[in-house]
Amino acid sequence: MSSFADYFRNNEAGNTNRNKTSAVIAKERLQILVAYDRMARDRPSYLPSLKQEILDVIRKYVNVDLASVSVRYEQEGNQEILELNIVLPENAGRVLEAALENN
Amino acid sequence: MAKIVVITSGKGGVGKTTTAAAMGMGLAMLGHRTVVIDFDVGLRNLDLIMGCERRVVYDFVNVINGEANLNQALIRDKRCDKLYILPASQTRDKNALTKDGVGQVLEDLGRSYEYVICDSPAGIEHGAMMAMYYADDAIVVTNPEVASVRDSDRMLGILSSKSKRAETDAEPIIEHLLLTRYSPERVVRGEMLSVTDVQEILSLKLLGVIPESQAVLNASNAGVPVILDAESDAGRAYQDTVLRFTGKEVPFRFIEAGKRGFLGRLFGG
Ligand SMILES: Nc1ncnc2c1ncn2[C@@H]1O[C@H](COP(=O)(O)OP(=O)(O)OP(=O)(O)O)[C@@H](O)[C@H]1O
Ligand SMILES: [Mg+2]
Repeated sequence: MSSFADYFRNNEAGNTNRNKTSAVIAKERLQILVAYDRMARDRPSYLPSLKQEILDVIRKYVNVDLASVSVRYEQEGNQEILELNIVLPENAGRVLEAALENN
Repeated sequence: MAKIVVITSGKGGVGKTTTAAAMGMGLAMLGHRTVVIDFDVGLRNLDLIMGCERRVVYDFVNVINGEANLNQALIRDKRCDKLYILPASQTRDKNALTKDGVGQVLEDLGRSYEYVICDSPAGIEHGAMMAMYYADDAIVVTNPEVASVRDSDRMLGILSSKSKRAETDAEPIIEHLLLTRYSPERVVRGEMLSVTDVQEILSLKLLGVIPESQAVLNASNAGVPVILDAESDAGRAYQDTVLRFTGKEVPFRFIEAGKRGFLGRLFGG
């Protein structure tokens, strides 16, 4: 018979955090969160609208949602890298072809 | 020119107004002509914490709109004649604070005061933006708690990109960390982020640590800034904070648990 107590005892997250105080967990979470926030802050402010416009263009051909477009921005020295990643749905190839033919 | 100091945080309810009242009173008691401005339009309560709510006639927005002049709107504190309060409007909407209007009032105040303390509303909306825009110094009020620390960090980002100093490429705003509602006992038990934890995450210069204290509620009940309660831990911690702000070296108190322990007795704490 397993109980809630067993579940929490055996649960992986529970195990890794077992010996940590809640303050230590809070600090670790904050360090990650703040690092992420700061990275986001340094990105050019046009990224969200760039993402939206790219999405609008793609949507003319394939039905994708915002979550399937990812924009990564990195700065290395004086070089800026913008990486776009669009995950198309499974049958996108056919849909895209059909759309192009119809146009 | 006066030094313009914003008391800000991002997150609500962390102790900004308590701090603005304490800093204002503390600086004035040290002999500096000081004015505290309530930027929380629609939700004014600085006047309550300062105990002058029944003397409000005109407010900040009246001055900006030219319906009253500064001397009519400023309320002189009854306990300290170097301290003045400019209350917020209770009724207007926040957009009544225009960038030019606020700038003009600050410039006028700057001619006759040494310190202008701006009590920011919570959040990162218009009112908070107006409170921090012209600042020379920012006191970032933070509770040792995840949401508050995160919001403080976001506010730091805003100070360094959206302030007048940032926009005009001037010297950046001087940022200070004020940790409030601190409970050393809970830190020892591992239940609360410590001073060093918060400082490491935010990498900010520590201006003060204010303990969680009953005295704060008592003070606000009575309409007396807690800094005047010299018997209380929070009152003394605010006094230290004000001294540090004016450049004095003051050791940190109330950051270790068990004041009555060996060290406490040794140093008579
Ligand atoms: N050091 C402290 N110890 C105990 N209670 C405190 C302390 N500091 C502030 N408080 C309490 O926390 C509450 C919020 O304080 P305060 O109004 O100063 O925060 P605020 O940041 O100005 O809030 P808002 O964002 O709404 O303007 C009040 O009830 C106050 O009494
Ligand atoms: Mg307030």
